[in-house]
Amino acid sequence: MKRRLVVVGNGMAGMRTVEELLKLAPDIYDITVFGAEPHGNYNRIMLSPILAGEKTFDEIMLNDEQWYGNNGIALRKGEEIVGINRNNKQVRTANGQTVPYDRLLLATGSEPIILPVAGHDLPGVVTFRDIRDVEVMLEAARKHKNAVVIGGGLLGLEAAHGLMKQGMEVTVVHLMDRLMERQLDDVSGAMLLRRLEECGMKFLLSAETESISGGKSKKKRVTGVKLKDGTRLPADIVVMAIGIRPRTALASDAGIYCERGIVVGDTMQTYDPLVYAVGECAQHRDQVYGFVAPLFKQAKVCANQLALMGHACYEGSRISTRLKVTGIDLFSAGDFQGGKGTEAVVFQDAGRGIYKKLVLKDNRIQGAVFLGDAVDAAWYFQLMRDEVDISDDRDRLLFGRSALGDSGHGAENAILSMDDETEVCGCNGVSKGEIVGAITENKLFTLDGVRAHTKASASCGACTGLVEQILAFTMGGDYSDTPTQRPLCRCTEFSHDEVRNAIRDNGLMSIPDVMAFMEWGTPDGCAECRPALNYYLLCAWPGEYVDDVQSRFINERVHANIQKDGTYSVVPRTWGGLTNPQELRAVADCADRLGVPVKITGGQRLAIPFVKKEDLPGVWRELGKAGLVSGYAYGKAVRSVKSCVGKDLCHFGTQDSLGLGIAMEKTFWGAWTPHKFKMGVSGCPRNCSESTIKDFGAVGIESGWELHVGGACGPRLRATDLLCKVGSDEEVSEYAAAFLQLYREEGHYKERSSAWIERVGLSYVKERLVDDPAARKELSERFLYSQRFAQKDPWKECAEGQVAADEFSPLKMVVER
Amino acid sequence: MSKWIEVGRVEDIPSRGARILKTEGGDVAVFRSADDRVFALDDRCPHRGGPLSQGIVHGWKVTCPLHNWVIELANGNAVAPDKGCATKYPVRIKDGVISLHLAANLVA
Ligand code: SRM
Ligand SMILES: Cc1cc2nc3c(=O)[nH]c(=O)nc-3n(C[C@H](O)[C@H](O)[C@H](O)COP(=O)(O)OP(=O)(O)OC[C@H]3O[C@@H](n4cnc5c(N)ncnc54)[C@H](O)[C@@H]3O)c2cc1C
Ligand code: SF4
Ligand code: FES
Repeated sequence: MKRRLVVVGNGMAGMRTVEELLKLAPDIYDITVFGAEPHGNYNRIMLSPILAGEKTFDEIMLNDEQWYGNNGIALRKGEEIVGINRNNKQVRTANGQTVPYDRLLLATGSEPIILPVAGHDLPGVVTFRDIRDVEVMLEAARKHKNAVVIGGGLLGLEAAHGLMKQGMEVTVVHLMDRLMERQLDDVSGAMLLRRLEECGMKFLLSAETESISGGKSKKKRVTGVKLKDGTRLPADIVVMAIGIRPRTALASDAGIYCERGIVVGDTMQTYDPLVYAVGECAQHRDQVYGFVAPLFKQAKVCANQLALMGHACYEGSRISTRLKVTGIDLFSAGDFQGGKGTEAVVFQDAGRGIYKKLVLKDNRIQGAVFLGDAVDAAWYFQLMRDEVDISDDRDRLLFGRSALGDSGHGAENAILSMDDETEVCGCNGVSKGEIVGAITENKLFTLDGVRAHTKASASCGACTGLVEQILAFTMGGDYSDTPTQRPLCRCTEFSHDEVRNAIRDNGLMSIPDVMAFMEWGTPDGCAECRPALNYYLLCAWPGEYVDDVQSRFINERVHANIQKDGTYSVVPRTWGGLTNPQELRAVADCADRLGVPVKITGGQRLAIPFVKKEDLPGVWRELGKAGLVSGYAYGKAVRSVKSCVGKDLCHFGTQDSLGLGIAMEKTFWGAWTPHKFKMGVSGCPRNCSESTIKDFGAVGIESGWELHVGGACGPRLRATDLLCKVGSDEEVSEYAAAFLQLYREEGHYKERSSAWIERVGLSYVKERLVDDPAARKELSERFLYSQRFAQKDPWKECAEGQVAADEFSPLKMVVER
Repeated sequence: MSKWIEVGRVEDIPSRGARILKTEGGDVAVFRSADDRVFALDDRCPHRGGPLSQGIVHGWKVTCPLHNWVIELANGNAVAPDKGCATKYPVRIKDGVISLHLAANLVA
């Protein structure tokens, strides 16, 4: 028999738990959901945009009644649970019915605090919590003029803004001397006040409400608010937004231990292990949360526990706040005040209404406040959650992501000023408008969702940051449930790093081993994880691992670049960019025979395009006779080493760049890497090989070489960082090998060295390579060891029929059909 | 006319891979999943005609090499939210020998 799960509370946390549970284990429970509100499950945070007339009720429904039906869930809306009998494992409804459970989930949320002043119960005095409240406010706005909002926090200001947009005159009464004191410091609080006053909102700060007055006859509604200092404000509606209190009465009456909230452990179980609690009603490690991001994380853990998988733990959340008031861009997170042992980096431009503050401790972001320009907020928040060391970028940090090298996109970063037609994703031609449309229509709230529905950010990924920002803006609030460590792909919950560590620590030797050990959710993975696992395994066990060809992208499987029409391009190595008549002749003859042109590539090489798959082995045989080998132009591998002519030829040259370039390419070719790896060697600082936009670059100087790392020139241009200067060619090679190996061992699959270096920080790379010669040597030796197994020309192997001959010939020719 | 045509043995196709059948009507991709099921689809992705036979096969699906659409091998349908369908051909296996029923498209 199925177990019975009873859920009390049909809100965001409860239903997210049920959704997650259905994904993990759709069949183990009969689920009954009680909700005191007479609705399906809706997106509570969108009540603010509704009040402001920017959204409709239909648009914010998350799960309609049909969804419950389709998933076999009994929804009992409009029914309140008033008691729990833990001995009999039953809950009791308001009209006296009892319902048994095997597991009980409490997701009762919070209730708004009501000031116990005289008149608090008059018609026209509301809180701001549910659809009913919003209906009352909208009704009042249609008929009346004056509104008073008590409370100048997040909710109060959103209510005031909404009422103002509905045409009312709004006064905000706030007990403190600063708005949103829990999210803003003095300066930003004052700036926000001025912005809102400019919009027409009125404020009374340091003001305490004494009573609320109503009309003479008993049924008459509210007429005004009286403050302690005697001030009287006319009011046709009064909104109390002074805070919320977790709804714990049900639990505490049943003897479940409660403090401020229902106390739960990391498994989301309460004092009674059959009873779980999630959401605003729960108190975890002394914290109660009032935002959705932590609740979603809790929901995930709780579902995992309910599904009897029993391995997920909730470890608390860092939270951030955004104000959903159109035209005001405000973001706050963490410890924004600072204090002992912290320092603040501040940018302030009162004229433009911009204030940015980061609180740092040990070079890590502890907290942030942004007003007027919060486009990069999601990014800062990520840096904060990941505890990234920002010492390398401190001088430019406040100027946003674009200042740190996201060239070409910086100007587009202003989401707010972006019009709907602006193309956000250049690869798939997706405009801002389409993304916003998809988010609202399909109720998306994750990057994955947007990718699936619009393809934006699904290709080269350069626009990922922008798409995330659009998501955040469209959803309002911090709606991201992105865990700090993103899973490798949808087949697993584990991150790249966790998977790599498991491979190393547990001696996992094959893709099926990894999938079995880490409980992959799919039988044999997907096109995303399989190539990544293949790479991680070959990097971990260079001598032992047997490459899994079927887990490689087609290019790497057939050692050529697939083209638009399904033909392939063939790019042999021209070591350091140097070729000779014999090689040129072989390429020319080959192109002649196939009747195709020859293309000079951007990487100093020759490409033969339009080669049919079945012709590939023949082409390789022909090129191989002239000594040409695969250029790996198709692979996540070491590519060309771009070299200039250097000191033997060039009248400026100080070093033999050509010689070193060729030598390096000969040492490094054949290595598989997380993403393509390009090198450049220039003979002097004129830098004709563009070494400063390569993954690894060397620039000749009188005394030796400057070494540069982490450059790229793809969708996201990044100039290299200077690693150090060295004296000899041998040192260049050793540093290059060590750098490459560090990246090979720690870079995530499909992460360019430029992105990796931004993730781990230049300081870290210097620590490993420059400050620690022993570590450098070890890395370089590990690299050379792995090269012993890697430097086999795949073209030769295929041409000689050693591998995968069946790849290149059809199964059968069928002439007639 | 339509008929069953023997095209080769199951082992001739790499596990989690595909090979093609050249026909006058274009290439047909014959896939073999990890659990040794065999499927046949037109070798043209419903998106922009990419050669599905060159994709990565996972489960009973293949990811197109050109722009990563995921196609269900059993019916040729693109996995939502993408929309499209590659023509599928009936497959029969007897004693390890694969036969396809050609020119009998189940899906228009
Ligand atoms: C052939 C070539 C263009 C040309 O005709 O000149 C080329 C062709 C392709 N490039 Fe490139 N890239 C070529 C030089 C470059 C350069 C310039 C350079 O190397 O100096 C860059 C920018 C420099 C850099 O990488 O930092 C470049 C940055 C890219 C990127 C962006 C990588 C990134 O940082 O994210 C991609 C996409 C990818 O790899 O995911 C890409 C991907 C591709 C692919 C493989 C498209 C794809 O993803 O399937 C193209 C294959 C076309 C074909 O039909 O063969 N190509 N590509 C160049 C071959 C160079 C070579 O000899 O190896
Ligand atoms: C106007 C507004 C704007 C907000 N903006 C943001 C924002 O921008 N970003 C953000 O992260 N968060 C925001 N929040 C907070 C966010 O909405 C809440 O944190 C979240 O909804 C809490 O989810 P929950 O499931 O814990 O509680 P709720 O969503 O409140 O759900 C609890 C449900 O349980 C029902 N219930 C309670 N007791 C019983 C019982 N005994 N029997 C039956 N049913 C019961 C209640 O009726 C309610 O429907 C906002 C909230 C409001 C009100
Ligand atoms: S060769 Fe490179 S830049 Fe040119 S179209 Fe292809 S991927 Fe784009
Ligand atoms: S052609 Fe297959 S995904 Fe584009």
